[in-house]
Amino acid sequence: MTDSITRETIDNDAIDPDFLDKIVEAGADRLRTCIQCGTCSSVCPSGRRTAFRTRELIRKALLGLKDEVLSSPDLWLCATCLTCLERCPRQIKVTDAIIIMRNMAVDEGFMLPQHRKASQKLIETGHAVPIDDANRAIRKDLGLQENPPTTHSNEKALKDVREIMKRTGFIELIKEEEEES
Amino acid sequence: MAESKTYSFFLGCVMPNRFPNVEASIRLVLPKLGIELEDIDGASCCPAPGVIRSFDEPTWLALASRNLALAEMTGHDIITGCNGCYGTFKETLLEIHEHPERLKEVQEYFKGLGIKFQGKVDAKHLIEVINEIGIEKIKKTITRPLNGIRVGVHYGCHLLKPSKNRPWKQTQRHTFLDELVEITGASSIKYKDKFLCCGAGGGVRGSQVAVSVDIAKEKLDNMIEAGVDCIVDVCSFCHLQFESSQVQLNKELGEQKYQIPVLYFTQLLGLAMGLDPTNLGLEVHVINTQPLLDKILS
Repeated sequence: MTDSITRETIDNDAIDPDFLDKIVEAGADRLRTCIQCGTCSSVCPSGRRTAFRTRELIRKALLGLKDEVLSSPDLWLCATCLTCLERCPRQIKVTDAIIIMRNMAVDEGFMLPQHRKASQKLIETGHAVPIDDANRAIRKDLGLQENPPTTHSNEKALKDVREIMKRTGFIELIKEEEEES
Repeated sequence: MAESKTYSFFLGCVMPNRFPNVEASIRLVLPKLGIELEDIDGASCCPAPGVIRSFDEPTWLALASRNLALAEMTGHDIITGCNGCYGTFKETLLEIHEHPERLKEVQEYFKGLGIKFQGKVDAKHLIEVINEIGIEKIKKTITRPLNGIRVGVHYGCHLLKPSKNRPWKQTQRHTFLDELVEITGASSIKYKDKFLCCGAGGGVRGSQVAVSVDIAKEKLDNMIEAGVDCIVDVCSFCHLQFESSQVQLNKELGEQKYQIPVLYFTQLLGLAMGLDPTNLGLEVHVINTQPLLDKILS
């Protein structure tokens, strides 16, 4: 008879010893002090209704399970409410660690299509949520400038914003994603 | 008010492009408190702390610094009415103050663009500035007390956290917004999990809308249970979340259970100042505000 309980083992190849160092270097400096108490999971509004477990994510990061962490859509369930960061008894910047891992995920090519779209809007207009006709009309009715006094009504400003995004590599980063999809 | 101070008014994305009525109420009410607003010509997305910062932090830092620089060059501090934009500016300023090499990094990105930035500007949330004015002074502007109105106050997350980089006296169980709401004569009603997130941030509304709306539902249910006449918020993204999620939830349910009018703080204060609801943008809400207005104006 075969054992009906399969033991999940962690493959040595799945462990990247540099992963944790990189997260710590990027600013989540107390991550190693995690005692897996689960306070982060217990206060998480996303965790209340999904299988997202902040404690598990942090444990996987500590183990160096880079590919598993970065490819998981769970990484994008954090609403960045910062409650875990406030409550962590080890004062770990949990939310910062998640944002750092998200940056790494995007670098590796893991980006949700809706997020790519929002980034494209930012590149096109200077706004992640740009104006539309309905709101132009509402603005006018309310006695406001039809297009807000932002990059929406200043071409030089939009050009500057795009130039900065070109220099930081953001335009290239979003473009690469497009080609891959 | 005798003394007035001028701020550079940072709009962000959601307020001018989805809720211009909130913007109109801010432009109308703040000068009555002695807060003068100057537009920031050519400002962009802040950019969003949970989204763009999650994709590429250096781009987030550079664009946030550009917006701060536009205000710095005029000599005024930034004022914003969005918790997300507030968070972006507070965290950006902390980052460049703690790590001078990051300031150099963004200055390098600005080369040849005529953008000067030293990181000396400050960024404030408008509720922080209003709170500094003090209850007694604001009380004098009230001409139409909103007695009997039951308000569900929603602070939002980035206004309060991380508490180490926020100006509030307390780190939790805040009361300043409840106190400001009660100046109008309305009552701030206690409800379960008042400090729970609205569910919109971190790119969750953008990519995992079912989870996002479910978080909003929990808050809305708790407020319905407590029996509120309206929600009062101080963040354009939380505002969008409560307005839009109610429509979505009603559609899913097939009944009109979720009908709580969602007011931005300056709309509530404006009503108490006796201002015209039309000018406060109260007629272009997603959730009809008429039942609330009937109660106030009758």
